[in-house]
Amino acid sequence: MNTLPPNSFRTGPDERGLFGIYGGRFVAETLMPLILQLEQAYKDAKADPSFQKELDGFLKHFVGRPSPLYFAERLTEKLGGAKIYFKREDLNHTGAHKINNVLGQILLARRMGKKRIIAETGAGQHGVATATACARFGLKCIVYMGEVDIERQKPNVFRMKLLGAEVVPAKSGSRTLKDALNEALRDWVANVEDTFYCIGTVAGPAPYPEMVRDFQCVIGNETRRQMLEQEGRLPDSLVAAIGGGSNAMGLFHPFLDDKDVAIYGVEAAGLGLNTRDKHAASITGGKPGVLHGNRTYLLMDDDGQILEGHSISAGLDYPGIGPEHAWLNDIGRVKYVAATDKEALKAFQLCSELEGIIPALEPSHAIAHAMKIAPKLPKDHLMVINMSGRGDKDIFTVADILGVKL
Amino acid sequence: MSTRIDQKFADLKKEGRAALVTFITAGDPDFDTSLKIIEGLPKAGADVIEFGMPFTDPMADGPAIQAGGLRALSAGATMKKTLKLLKAFRVKDKTTPVVLMGYYNPIYVYGVEAFLKDAKAAGADGLIVVDLPPEEDDELCLPAMAAGINFIRLTTPTTDDARAPAVFKHTSGFVYYVSVLGITGTKAPDLKSVKANVKRLKKHTTLPICVGFGVKTAEQARTIAETADGVVVGSALVSAVEKSLDKKGKATAKTAKAVHALVSEIAQGVRS
Repeated sequence: MNTLPPNSFRTGPDERGLFGIYGGRFVAETLMPLILQLEQAYKDAKADPSFQKELDGFLKHFVGRPSPLYFAERLTEKLGGAKIYFKREDLNHTGAHKINNVLGQILLARRMGKKRIIAETGAGQHGVATATACARFGLKCIVYMGEVDIERQKPNVFRMKLLGAEVVPAKSGSRTLKDALNEALRDWVANVEDTFYCIGTVAGPAPYPEMVRDFQCVIGNETRRQMLEQEGRLPDSLVAAIGGGSNAMGLFHPFLDDKDVAIYGVEAAGLGLNTRDKHAASITGGKPGVLHGNRTYLLMDDDGQILEGHSISAGLDYPGIGPEHAWLNDIGRVKYVAATDKEALKAFQLCSELEGIIPALEPSHAIAHAMKIAPKLPKDHLMVINMSGRGDKDIFTVADILGVKL
Repeated sequence: MSTRIDQKFADLKKEGRAALVTFITAGDPDFDTSLKIIEGLPKAGADVIEFGMPFTDPMADGPAIQAGGLRALSAGATMKKTLKLLKAFRVKDKTTPVVLMGYYNPIYVYGVEAFLKDAKAAGADGLIVVDLPPEEDDELCLPAMAAGINFIRLTTPTTDDARAPAVFKHTSGFVYYVSVLGITGTKAPDLKSVKANVKRLKKHTTLPICVGFGVKTAEQARTIAETADGVVVGSALVSAVEKSLDKKGKATAKTAKAVHALVSEIAQGVRS
């Protein structure tokens, strides 16, 4: 089944959309013809230099790329080991890496003549990015968001509305991100003719995991070039937080074949991996299953019923993970670890105080892992942490936990 | 390979009428009431029974069936109990075909081989697994055929003539035509388009074609039965369960009766 040549980790997926046993196209028949159509449209776009040129133009002038690779001098000093760099995706327009992928998909939707865009969102970052791109191109935008998340993330809900999007509450099931995804799929089935589904992470049926990865690879490609310019060599390690895994995949993928680069994906351990459903660590605390169009690691009970997942970070509490991550875990190329809510919160505060950068709670998990390993590493070890988003959206959550009334 | 499904459709063909296929979520609202509902279905006029295998995330289903699944799960439903329910039904009924319908994950986690063995032993005749298109046939469809269980495929308005042969290739038992673009139990089917599509699909298959998604009344059933080999009713029955419950969501004396009454009414539509 595995058709990848042994000398490269970068040629997946195969023609069935599989990375090893993970991925695939587990969708209802109504959607299957659309999935095949999308796959062809993406293939054509990828082969068309004018598509990439158009995307590059928007990434430069609308998003503000390239994002800096920044030497985190005081954090490095404090930890006393590895030399730490931040890839500053938090400086992108809309405040996170999500916009890289959204612009790619929206330009593709335009090529396909689709006028109605649907998206799912958890914390609201992908919803805001999608609403932003739809406003820019005059497309109708409908964002599905769990009722619980709408309550937790009011500022982002208002942002989306300002941008002209319709925010539809997902009222079924646990009323969080996974249910928003279910609702988006239900919408898509009912509106196949004119609708493009803009998925926010490297998951879902093929070709989404591959397509979203390709659009996010701008992160890793820039990092590679910038590190060569600034240090004259490649980094020794990469660290990124993982919910569905798009910021991590974007950073990791261009380095997968550089065997000397150690790679760490950090999942959300919530209140601890020893709890039944108070974490969101699909790989370190879940097992393989099939949901939302792909086979991957999932949080579920012994009967195959999906569990909700919990994290201090609303962007990480999805009960699954992108299938390519599942494969990279099984073959051992990427090491998947986890950081708890407490560790992430500590990293959030430390980074704010030392670097003058308020990180989002998602990359705070990556910083938390760096805090564990960096002190033991030599001073000439070059480490890159993906600063995937800024923390403005999280100040309410953090204030609440710290007992501060705003 | 001939199953109870094949036998049933052959018998109905002789009778010259369409089949009534009824969907009930296994274990909704609880195991005992569910068994009582299912046991009374054939007498009420059901020719084929679909047991919904409860799942937390039923992407192709509307609010009624989602709610039915969650009711069953909160009453303790599992795959093992669904099969136990089927076994209990088979004690008294050896002829009515039963199709297990649901999503792949609970089957995958149970283990495909173990599931097929246990489902066959419990008395299952067919499977409908919504998130397994023909592109994923080697996951469950081919092993099911080898185990003597029909794999019944959903076809939709988006299944065009170019795609139809691939969709029908490994289908057996009957074909389930989804009459609307959308999820279960929401839109009413456009009967004209159903007629045209059934006629179109008949060019590709000799299998019986049953039509479902959105059928709620005897009148709709009557019209569909004129062109199709069977009519599937699901959400309307699950809604009848819901409406019969007490304030705490528990079954009442009316629950099974309400479902059977609705099935009888629709059966008359199919048979007239």
